[in-house]
Amino acid sequence: MEFGPNLIIALIEGSVQAAVLTLIAVGLSLVFGVMRVVNVAHGEFFMLGAVLAWAVASFVGGHPAVSFILALIIAPLLVGILAAAADILILKRINYDPENTIVATIGILYIIQQMTLITYGPDARPVEPPFNHRFSIPWFEYTEQGYSMYWPWGLGTTSYKLFVVAAAVAVIVLLWLAISRTKAGLMMRATQLDRDMAQSFGIPVDRVNAIVFGVGAALAALGAVLIVPIQQAHYLMGGEPLLLAFIVVIIGGLGSLPGTIVAAVFIGLSDGIISIFFAPTLAKILSTLLVAFVLIFRPQGLFGKAVR
Amino acid sequence: MLVLDKINAGYGSAQILRDVSLEAKPGEILCLFGRNGAGKTTIMKAIMGLVRTTAGVITLGGQNISRLRADQIPKCGIGYIPQGRRLFSELTVEENIEAGLLVSNGGQVVKQRVLDMFPPLKSRLDQQAGTLSGGEQQMLATARALAIEPKVLLLDEPTEGLQPSMIEQIRNVVVQMRDEGVAVILVEQRVDAVLSIANRVTFIENGYSRETLNASVLNSDKSLLDKYVGV
Repeated sequence: MEFGPNLIIALIEGSVQAAVLTLIAVGLSLVFGVMRVVNVAHGEFFMLGAVLAWAVASFVGGHPAVSFILALIIAPLLVGILAAAADILILKRINYDPENTIVATIGILYIIQQMTLITYGPDARPVEPPFNHRFSIPWFEYTEQGYSMYWPWGLGTTSYKLFVVAAAVAVIVLLWLAISRTKAGLMMRATQLDRDMAQSFGIPVDRVNAIVFGVGAALAALGAVLIVPIQQAHYLMGGEPLLLAFIVVIIGGLGSLPGTIVAAVFIGLSDGIISIFFAPTLAKILSTLLVAFVLIFRPQGLFGKAVR
Repeated sequence: MLVLDKINAGYGSAQILRDVSLEAKPGEILCLFGRNGAGKTTIMKAIMGLVRTTAGVITLGGQNISRLRADQIPKCGIGYIPQGRRLFSELTVEENIEAGLLVSNGGQVVKQRVLDMFPPLKSRLDQQAGTLSGGEQQMLATARALAIEPKVLLLDEPTEGLQPSMIEQIRNVVVQMRDEGVAVILVEQRVDAVLSIANRVTFIENGYSRETLNASVLNSDKSLLDKYVGV
């Protein structure tokens, strides 16, 4: 295939990856921004979302669309409740001490991972997409008669992949509206800016923390439910998204939601393009190198504010 | 009436307040005077629940509030204007006022009322609080606290870094609150700026509450000011 059609495929695959990565990274960034907690267990909440999606699909049966819609609701909800409980029972009790929360979330990571291994097993299991129409994409070539349209073999995508991108965009827009236009969002932003003053204006910051930790984990789980019809659910699938989410959050600026979104789109697209034209490993190497450069030359990230 | 009865409080193992007792009555301004580090700001934080008390009792209208969570204190009707204003700097002027309204649920009526007290804020509702001038920030910090519709108002160094005209405006609002029956506790280093509006003065020294006097006594005899505030 020529360069042009290959680039289109790379952009589509990159967009799907960017969409899911945005959901995961925004969850991680939200938790750090409001709570100042580096959640090492975030990838496991992603994995748990995928496994629960499989469990719901297997339990419900019937038309894939029905079980998928139920999974979209149930998996993020359960993962969010689990994360909020982990916040109340563990993180709050260690007063969100930065070092201790890292150790605690590593503990949560292993508990979730090993419990999943015990109950779900080591196999990768597929979830059927609710719809999956494949369609071809036309391309243009220059001939003696001028430009003409043709259908290159292999240049196409599925309706489900486009749905994943659209769904992620819709969720991010809704989240943005919730944070910027609602009373709950105001409480969240006030807590992020000054925890003591937030309390002095009646904002229950412990409850805000539990909700934010739950919402952050639910976003990761939602990303997993969306991707699991493409990737399959596996108990070790949380590692790579966690690494990519950290890369995105560091490049975008810790706690900056606009920065996180821009960086997720950039990393997702570049990952897709480099993986298609070169190798997936090279994409990860370049992303990690970019993080190193950001940490050296702009430690606060592209959109973060320097600490004076 | 807000009553502090033999309060002990501090940060970690460092005890700052020792047996602090004072009363703030509705419709009066109680000034806390003392040198830097005497414990005045810690008293404010202890009332707001931001510093845990280790002994003693704080009551408001007879209700013990010393064991309430910090976010429950403002719901009892205590408004706080901290030292350095501590606005939500990245939120807009309007959002800062709405943060105050979270407690009172007063809605548009209360919002309009506090904006009428500080007309310059009306044209800056969409501006980020951190970009306001010092005087405007103090207006906003005061407006935000008044949006709670407080029964008790705590002000910590409200004139710090302000020009005289702005100090006058803040003083007028404090007097207006007092005249409306609010109990005001005012911490201030600049004795001259607030003594004329104070009803009573409590001196704080090394974490202890010392004498409490009518302000009129101090207006005629400055020797106690030299003793507790002079350098």
